[in-house]
Amino acid sequence: MIHSRKVLKILIVVLSIMALFVSISAFASETQEVAKETASASTTPWWVWPLALFVVTFILGILAVLGGVGGGVLFVPIIGGFFPFNIDFVRGAGLLVALAGALAAGPGLLRRNLASLRLALPVALIASSAAIVGAMIGLALKPNVVNTLLGATILFIVAIMITAKKSDFPNVAKPDNLSQSLHIMGIYREESLGKDIEWQVHRTPQGLALFIVIGVMAGMFGLGAGWANVPVLNLLMGAPLKISVATSKFLLSITDTSAAWVYLNQGAVLPMIVVPSIVGIMLGSIVGVKILVKSKPKAIKSMVIGLLFFAGTRALLKGLGIWE
Amino acid sequence: MTENKKKASEEQLAYAGVLNIGMWIGLALLIVFFIVYISGLLPSYIPIGDLSKTPPGSKIAYWSMRAHDFNQAFNVPTGWGWIKLAGNGDYLNFVGITMLAGLTVACYMVILPILIRKKDTAYAIIAIVEVAVLALAASGILKTGGH
Repeated sequence: MIHSRKVLKILIVVLSIMALFVSISAFASETQEVAKETASASTTPWWVWPLALFVVTFILGILAVLGGVGGGVLFVPIIGGFFPFNIDFVRGAGLLVALAGALAAGPGLLRRNLASLRLALPVALIASSAAIVGAMIGLALKPNVVNTLLGATILFIVAIMITAKKSDFPNVAKPDNLSQSLHIMGIYREESLGKDIEWQVHRTPQGLALFIVIGVMAGMFGLGAGWANVPVLNLLMGAPLKISVATSKFLLSITDTSAAWVYLNQGAVLPMIVVPSIVGIMLGSIVGVKILVKSKPKAIKSMVIGLLFFAGTRALLKGLGIWE
Repeated sequence: MTENKKKASEEQLAYAGVLNIGMWIGLALLIVFFIVYISGLLPSYIPIGDLSKTPPGSKIAYWSMRAHDFNQAFNVPTGWGWIKLAGNGDYLNFVGITMLAGLTVACYMVILPILIRKKDTAYAIIAIVEVAVLALAASGILKTGGH
């Protein structure tokens, strides 16, 4: 009985948020139609959109923290799907949103030795180079192609979130030659166990190869790539979960920088979209951290998965011309 | 030995220090310049109310256009051309955005001498190549095809 009430509550919240996005989308289309009829002027005051953007990104900031995902992965499909902005500007803003979050978290993670510079630097070189290529491909593709691929990618991320297992302390029997020669290893204090954890990594060449794909996708879609970084660092290379999550977050500050420059130089960055989004996501994240203490992470994660599924389907159908 | 390994390395702490200062300055600039922009304290190169307007003969609003078409419609320079327009409220915002985007290069430049001093050749080379990659991305040399 209690369980079904919880499910009902989650369902109501998800449906309410979906209804909000659909209303915004419908409002955007209506505004566009009126603008067409009147030849130039839109009836909606300009300030409505940055304000709506701020409110929605504030909610996304809360959900991102509670759902354990980066802001960028929620931002691009939801803002791209339900706001009137072109996907070029949304991706440019998405990269800067993910970048700002990573820059803000970076110093604390590095100082606590949770994010490892020795692990991040070689990976970042591969991922940031690939992200430049991804950004150039993404800006050259037609918007419907981008939306279709984005929708498929988001649905793939949903599948990863549902099925992927995580390992707190993966067993690395023997580090590979590359990680040994680069001294990729470390020790951190695991407060929950009250002991120091020594870690090292293996399968480094395979991991680096996968970061080429991750970098291209991050640049192409303007997504932060934490959803892919963490499984590769944790499950493939064998870094402890905390080290993987922290290093992944820090890594975004380098990967997204290179792609963001391409969008910036191509004029695909509009301050009117970028600034309210960054401020909204950051304030939402601060509130999210406070709620996190009292919330049930599993229930919230289901909610985020539901929203991502909805946004991914929307992007896919928009790209295919089925749901304009 | 274990105690030393538990602590963040010298270069890691140096990186964190620059990142921390730069991030706060960048965010502060972003917010202040955005307030200047929306309050109209400085004139905007692209009037703020025009972004949501639909140009004559078009079916979509300016901000619904592809970046390439938007830039052509307003004759906006690409690459570092925005610097010439930084006296306008809208392009002033690019100072904060550029600062955030350029922060990583500054962090690498700070750790590079430490890596060289420690004779950590592999990581020094990685840092130099990364700076070159980011400089290439920031240069504006890389162009995507027109639409």
